[in-house]
Amino acid sequence: MNKAICLDVKGMTKWFGGLAANQDIDFFIEEGEIVSIIGPNGAGKSTLFNCITGFYKPSSGKVSFFGRDIYRMRADKICKLGIARTFQVVQVISDMTVLENVVTGALLRFSTIGPATDKAIEILAFTGLIDKKSFLGTELTIADKKRLEVSMALATQPRLLMLDESMAGLTPVELRQIIDLIKKIRSQGMTLVIVEHVMEAVMEISDRVIVLNTGKKIMEGAPKEVCSSPEVIQAYLGDKYRVVC
Amino acid sequence: MKNLSPKTITVGLVVLALLLIFPMVVTQIFPLQIMILVFMYAMLGVAWNIMGGYAGMFSFGQAAFFGIGAYTSSFLLMTFHVNPWIGLIAGGVVAALVAAAIGYPCSNLRGHYFAIASIAFAEIVRVHFNNWTLMNAAEGISLPMLDESFVNFMFHTSKVPYYYIMLAFLILALIVCYFVATSKMGYYFRAIKESHDVAEVLGVNVVRYRLVAIMISAFLSAMAGTFYAQYVLYIDPESVMLLAISVQIVLLSMLGGAGSVMGPVIGAAVLIPIAEVTRVWLGHRGTGVDMLIYGFLITIISVYQPQGVWGLLSRIGNRIK
Repeated sequence: MNKAICLDVKGMTKWFGGLAANQDIDFFIEEGEIVSIIGPNGAGKSTLFNCITGFYKPSSGKVSFFGRDIYRMRADKICKLGIARTFQVVQVISDMTVLENVVTGALLRFSTIGPATDKAIEILAFTGLIDKKSFLGTELTIADKKRLEVSMALATQPRLLMLDESMAGLTPVELRQIIDLIKKIRSQGMTLVIVEHVMEAVMEISDRVIVLNTGKKIMEGAPKEVCSSPEVIQAYLGDKYRVVC
Repeated sequence: MKNLSPKTITVGLVVLALLLIFPMVVTQIFPLQIMILVFMYAMLGVAWNIMGGYAGMFSFGQAAFFGIGAYTSSFLLMTFHVNPWIGLIAGGVVAALVAAAIGYPCSNLRGHYFAIASIAFAEIVRVHFNNWTLMNAAEGISLPMLDESFVNFMFHTSKVPYYYIMLAFLILALIVCYFVATSKMGYYFRAIKESHDVAEVLGVNVVRYRLVAIMISAFLSAMAGTFYAQYVLYIDPESVMLLAISVQIVLLSMLGGAGSVMGPVIGAAVLIPIAEVTRVWLGHRGTGVDMLIYGFLITIISVYQPQGVWGLLSRIGNRIK
């Protein structure tokens, strides 16, 4: 059975002056997949995220989301269509409580506070932050902030969730928790695109891996395939992965 | 935002009752004058708070909206004999439209840059009115005398009706602010205040919501402007469009507590009496003494209690509970 194409990116190019941060990148995501995007710093992963989600205006290319053209669409409209994302530098509303933060996200699909709050509580229970719902955004640890950011993204009820380095800087225990959370989100039928440096996690959760280097896609394939590719090892992973894989 | 507790409602009603009987007990003109100014500046602070405290647009140009309100109704009254109550609405609408026209190109300005743009805008408006012959330029507008009545929004023998009208305006502004703060709009404003990125990623149309905040704020400020014109019966650019008015509005809102419904009211209740009393006691020799005290209070507040007096009060309140 053929699955629906969730996200289809063709020829994505983004110039910053004379620098091509993304150059002619093609890929697609099927509904229900988890796809990781990896690559060294400066490879253009976050730029690609920003171009897809409307935070940057791409220089050229095509993006469609479930067949709908979203190329150069405004970020809030893309969110409304059903793409939610998190940021590499975690973004929460610092003078709101955890609950209020998630309610703000839920208000995209509700016009009044009551039902939005019900939805927010449901999501916080799902993501395991319910005990901290009265904490202020500023009072959270970095791991909880990332979890909150994911909760806010889920509250907008997306069909595609894009996580930008949700696992960076976490302890092994916290890492385990966020991997479990991602698996749980996936089991609800969500499609995910993940930018990640933590290879253990990438290997464990991804269906497919896309490798970027200096703005270009250099490889795409199953996790095993990717990390045994000499090109990827040379560009990004380093020699120790020759042994691991 | 929590719903109002019975305790809060009780306190609110008691304060309201005291304010309602105040003019019956205190009949001297000076305290009444101070109270009217407190209400007026409180309303301007509440209006500022909607865009500054909630949506994070630090406007130092509120005097422009105040002045546009005053000028619209006064001009309509002077030239076309339009009833001031209609002028009040017209002033609000004109101010809101001007706000939208200037707010749209400023959509991407945040923080200090927005503040600078707002000062520039207000100063341009002031200079323009100073030279606009249709508006009597720097000479200002003396409002034509009408018979004393509520319908004419003019009272010559007593300040008491002005007191009640301004109190009603303030309550209206507070109700508007409360509904904004506790609705979807209020959540979205606070997201925008945090950062445009976080708002957009939650699906907030930042440009539209910022415009809504500015327009509500401008409308309410303009209402206060019309009130001022009807109260003093004379306006010129130096009395209704001065930068000092804008600064005062920001200061009292910050002092009372930006981002809380009652904050600006507390700020106005503290600062305006200080300004008026020092002015009367010290006369021209004391010019600026109120500013010295402001400066001192603002320093104290920003160092020890950035949430303002309201933040301090609610913290004490929580501790007692």
